[in-house]
Amino acid sequence: MIYNIPFIAVAALVIIGLYAVIFKRNLIKIVIGITLIESGVNLFLITLGYREGSTAPIYTNSPAGTMSLPVPQALTLTSIVIGVAVLALMLSLSVHIYRHYGTLDVRKIGKEEEQ
Amino acid sequence: MSGMSRIVKTISSFVFPFVLIYGLYIIAHGHITPGGGFQGGAVVASGCAMIVVTYGSIWTMSKIKEKRLSVFESLGAVGFIGLAFIGLFFGSKVFFYNFLMRQDTIPIFNNVGEGLSNINTAGVLPFMNFAVGLKVIAGLFAIVLVMAYATTKKEGSK
Amino acid sequence: MSIEQLIQDIVTHSPALIIAIPLLGAFLTPLISRINDKIRNIFVILTVGLTGFIAFLLSYDVLINGNIHSYVFGGGRSVIALPSGSSFAIRILFEVDGLNAFMIIIGAILAFVGVIYSYSFMKGNTGLDKYYTLILLMIAGMFGMMLTGDMFNFFVFLEITSISSCALIAFWTNKGKSIEAGFKYIVISTIGALFVLFAIALLYGKYNALNMAVLANSIDIVNNGFIDKTALVLLISGLAMKAGIVPMHMWLPDAYGRAPSSVTIILIGTTQASLYALFRVCFTLYGSQLTQTLKYIRFNLGGSTVIFDIRLNGVFALIIIVLAILTIVVGVLMALKQNNLKRMIAFAAIAEIGYMFLAVGAWVWVIGSEHGMVALKGGIFHIINDALDIGLLFLVAGAIYYVTKETSLNKMGGLARNMKYTTIFFVIGLLAVSGMPPMNGFASKLLIYESIYHVNPILSIIAILCSILLLAIFVKVFHSAFLGPKIPKFDKVKEAPISMLIAMGMIACLIIFFGLFPNFIVENIVEPAANAIIDNSSYISHIIGGA
Repeated sequence: MIYNIPFIAVAALVIIGLYAVIFKRNLIKIVIGITLIESGVNLFLITLGYREGSTAPIYTNSPAGTMSLPVPQALTLTSIVIGVAVLALMLSLSVHIYRHYGTLDVRKIGKEEEQ
Repeated sequence: MSGMSRIVKTISSFVFPFVLIYGLYIIAHGHITPGGGFQGGAVVASGCAMIVVTYGSIWTMSKIKEKRLSVFESLGAVGFIGLAFIGLFFGSKVFFYNFLMRQDTIPIFNNVGEGLSNINTAGVLPFMNFAVGLKVIAGLFAIVLVMAYATTKKEGSK
Repeated sequence: MSIEQLIQDIVTHSPALIIAIPLLGAFLTPLISRINDKIRNIFVILTVGLTGFIAFLLSYDVLINGNIHSYVFGGGRSVIALPSGSSFAIRILFEVDGLNAFMIIIGAILAFVGVIYSYSFMKGNTGLDKYYTLILLMIAGMFGMMLTGDMFNFFVFLEITSISSCALIAFWTNKGKSIEAGFKYIVISTIGALFVLFAIALLYGKYNALNMAVLANSIDIVNNGFIDKTALVLLISGLAMKAGIVPMHMWLPDAYGRAPSSVTIILIGTTQASLYALFRVCFTLYGSQLTQTLKYIRFNLGGSTVIFDIRLNGVFALIIIVLAILTIVVGVLMALKQNNLKRMIAFAAIAEIGYMFLAVGAWVWVIGSEHGMVALKGGIFHIINDALDIGLLFLVAGAIYYVTKETSLNKMGGLARNMKYTTIFFVIGLLAVSGMPPMNGFASKLLIYESIYHVNPILSIIAILCSILLLAIFVKVFHSAFLGPKIPKFDKVKEAPISMLIAMGMIACLIIFFGLFPNFIVENIVEPAANAIIDNSSYISHIIGGA
């Protein structure tokens, strides 16, 4: 049972993130929701590589026993870098939208008159 | 944004070189210990973000123009892809080939490290780590600096 | 060395060169733009031209000679033999078969035309060095999506493309609507990509492989297939979000309508690349499972038992056909009430994606029969036709905006007197989108109507009606924008600049050429792609070798 806790955490993070993206009205809260989903998926990638009773895969002459898989760790690192870039882009766009419209409410931004 | 008080400025300018050394250590030992280009670059960039917060973005922008950071970023990326292209001409002629391993014409970084944890192992990977680290430092520092500077401008004056 | 040897070497290394040359050009552009502006523009056009030339060489070799190319990054073989005797796939590899070669032809044409068009369309804007860097990054990401043979590598290129295209959509930051369009695009794009990553992680956890050929060999739906089915659902939803299929199409009118026109035409290429990935997942990864039975339903009917067996291809075909009909109808009906020229063309683009999907759905419904083959060829031929037609319409809309600074149809009029060439190009694009001979739209839409009729006559009636509605919409646009009395504000407008006319002329010539010789195109270019979809065994056996 204790080895299922990371997977339950993944499900909780993804569901809370989706709730924040769909139902919240502030732009910053939508951005936080996307970051939560992305943290959940990264946690899922890392948890797949764990083997019971294993050590870190950093040795050349390894001690006896199993090592956890190093490939998911590389995949997760790439995903974190992509997440940083997307977060920086979304926050810059939020700053621009605030300077243009004066509000961060999604319902008020979409109502401007079509010229 | 304006800077903080004199005590904070003194302490942060004292701590900043240690943060730099720690980040460069992580970049340089990327092929032996956990770490590498992105992780070390993120540590150095958080040190630079500390400078932006304590000294104020207007002062920092007057010392380092954003265009010079763009040149560093391009140099890092061109170095990375250039090293990948060189692998197309030596050795077994494949893109991204590790052309420094197990050969004697260029006598650096050509051990393979069976049982050793020396620095001069793993071929062309440490150079690629440096290139990626330079790009990440310049890129993240530019992001933090420009976003902090953009909040000082008033609304309507784009 | 001789010319043949050089060309042979280039074709061997071409999957790596096609993405490496735009990447190198993208990072050299800020350094070159400190010297001069004109030199940077010429450098970008030369880089994209060289990439397009190598792409044509590679696709010539794959389509005409019929070889499948694979390229392992970092040298060495793609499988290693473990001491226990089984083989294990390692290393990232690119694999190019008929379907990939078809898509990179589309990508090369759209990229080259877009860069030539932006030579004079973007004059007078500031921040152009960032614009050209981002365009080259977007082109590199688009080619990477189309060429890769590894699932996680596909996710990385998907994110590269969506980040750089979001920054380009929001390029005109002085208008608030562009930034809002960019924000909508990046939110939906990122959620779709995270769904795709979740599915890749599920498949990796079960099969310990990221290679597309190895996964295609091992996926099994019937025995213990819950994880495979979940991964399929997540992959289809994630990729359909990026391809603009109803009900996930909300970002498409804003993004296509508010971006600069030269960005829109390359954005069409990236949307088609997501559609290609959907086909690759459904028909190569899950290809051998398409005729498997999911469930048996049996009940007693007056003494004898009636057995329904629900197969995967029946469920697939139902979902695809329903979504496709929704897409066509929603696209056409929403296009009727638009006032903004570019938003109207974007809704027509949504309707055209529905046509491709409808043809492929008809093939899945009747797998194995001959009508299915005709439907598949029509659908694949429509991919390249749609890219060219909608691209030409967007370029014309951009030319109108450049000359008159207006986007609303209520304020335009009488432009045909001063802009003769642009009017001719708009007429060619109008006839091609609605499927009139002698343009290329007629050939592919005829194949689609004919083959869908055998599936269900009502579907083909809906498809023909929507085509006629598209013709009506664009004739109305033509009348209100180009014909009619002169408006005094537009008295002194001149024709569009030379490089924009050259770009529009290239696409118009291709449209007429494809329309006059459709047999040549279908036999040589479309049929290898259709064969690659039908049968995934050559894709697998090139890597694993007879497993």
